[in-house]
Amino acid sequence: MAIDVDIHRTLAGPHRPFSLDVRFRSEHARIVLYGPSGSGKSLTLRAIAGLVTPDQGRIVVHGQTWFDTGQRICLPAPARRVGYLFQDYALFPHLTVGQNVAFGLGADWRNPSRRSLPEAARHWLAAFELDGLTDRYPWQISGGQQQRVALARALAPDPQLLLLDEPFAALDPPLRARMREHLLALQSRLGLQMLMITHDPSDVEALGECVLEIREGRIDADARTSGVTG
Amino acid sequence: MALDIWQPLLLSLKVALWATGLNLLLGVATAFALSRWRSRLSHLLDAMFTLPLVLPPTVLGYYLLVLLGRRGAFGAWLEHWGINPVFTWQGAVIASTLAAFPLVYKAARAAFESLDPQLESAARVLGLSHLAVFFRVSLPLASRGIVAGALLAFARALGEFGATLMIAGNLPGRTQTLSVAIYSAIEAGDEAGANTLVVVASLTCIVVLLLAGRLTRGHTPQRVV
Repeated sequence: MAIDVDIHRTLAGPHRPFSLDVRFRSEHARIVLYGPSGSGKSLTLRAIAGLVTPDQGRIVVHGQTWFDTGQRICLPAPARRVGYLFQDYALFPHLTVGQNVAFGLGADWRNPSRRSLPEAARHWLAAFELDGLTDRYPWQISGGQQQRVALARALAPDPQLLLLDEPFAALDPPLRARMREHLLALQSRLGLQMLMITHDPSDVEALGECVLEIREGRIDADARTSGVTG
Repeated sequence: MALDIWQPLLLSLKVALWATGLNLLLGVATAFALSRWRSRLSHLLDAMFTLPLVLPPTVLGYYLLVLLGRRGAFGAWLEHWGINPVFTWQGAVIASTLAAFPLVYKAARAAFESLDPQLESAARVLGLSHLAVFFRVSLPLASRGIVAGALLAFARALGEFGATLMIAGNLPGRTQTLSVAIYSAIEAGDEAGANTLVVVASLTCIVVLLLAGRLTRGHTPQRVV
């Protein structure tokens, strides 16, 4: 379960160009990218998901090359099969909770029907105790429920890597602690590798198996050796 | 002189429906393309696509004549295939489509640009092709703005006069739309006929507005998070 990232990208910033220079390799199940806002964490996560294209470098996940400028390989986002939990969840406001969870289960041109949800969608709705909310719209449920919907939606298509963008930032502290435990239990039960970005030290403490510190677009810890902590 | 009300009314409705349908395809596609494509040229194109809104309809009509007339560049080519849109109801559709285009284009573009880009990213990561993202996320979320623009375009096409008169002419029963018929009746001193046609035009517009209100109210409430 190795993830090998070595990417470079320069962006025009408001004052001076921002340059991302990220290199790490890890075989841990729970990797945490820790750093202040504006350090390039989100950009790194988006590059791994295939939502932005680095100028140069390579990304190899579980032995599969997703991106390599040398070999001219750039797998499009849909082909990478990652689960992505967005910071503000990015739930589809025109679809019900059930349709949101079923969204990634069919890739054709029509949204899932409200009436007959696929088996996998119903499984994940039940696993996250969302059965009672299936026909509600995202704006009709609480923030904690929205996060569970987003997580169920990300996991339903059976991703090979879970990417989490500040997953607990929008929750209040007691709920945050509970969701951390929930995520930890879920991760170990599924055996799914996850990469999380955060600026919250408690996230690092609770979830980080391998912690990489990122500062001004650079990862300055050499995590090529195992068990490095920030 | 017996005045036929149905003929111009039905022709106007037919022309306006065609113009609205064509603009739903052309306006939405153009708006989506330009909302995603950033270059200096896109500003110029945006200005060009908005032009029919501010140009006098007679200028539009003149352009169409130059382009589609028998001696026009495009017209000569069409003639070769046996098509001549001048003095036909299809010519009226072209004039109305052009005149109403900016209303759909502007509304659709504003709707696409106000979408949260994160939602499209989420759909991509969940395995959708760009085209599937368009039909499952972008289009449904922009639909309210697009429908509002289409209704305005329908009303604009229904009332189209200047460009229509120039390209389609004023042939009773063939290209004489409601607004052109009103002009004709007044020209001919037929005040009673003009009155009837004006009442019909006004009632038609009121019905369209009532339908529009119902259509937009009938939507399920969708608040963007």
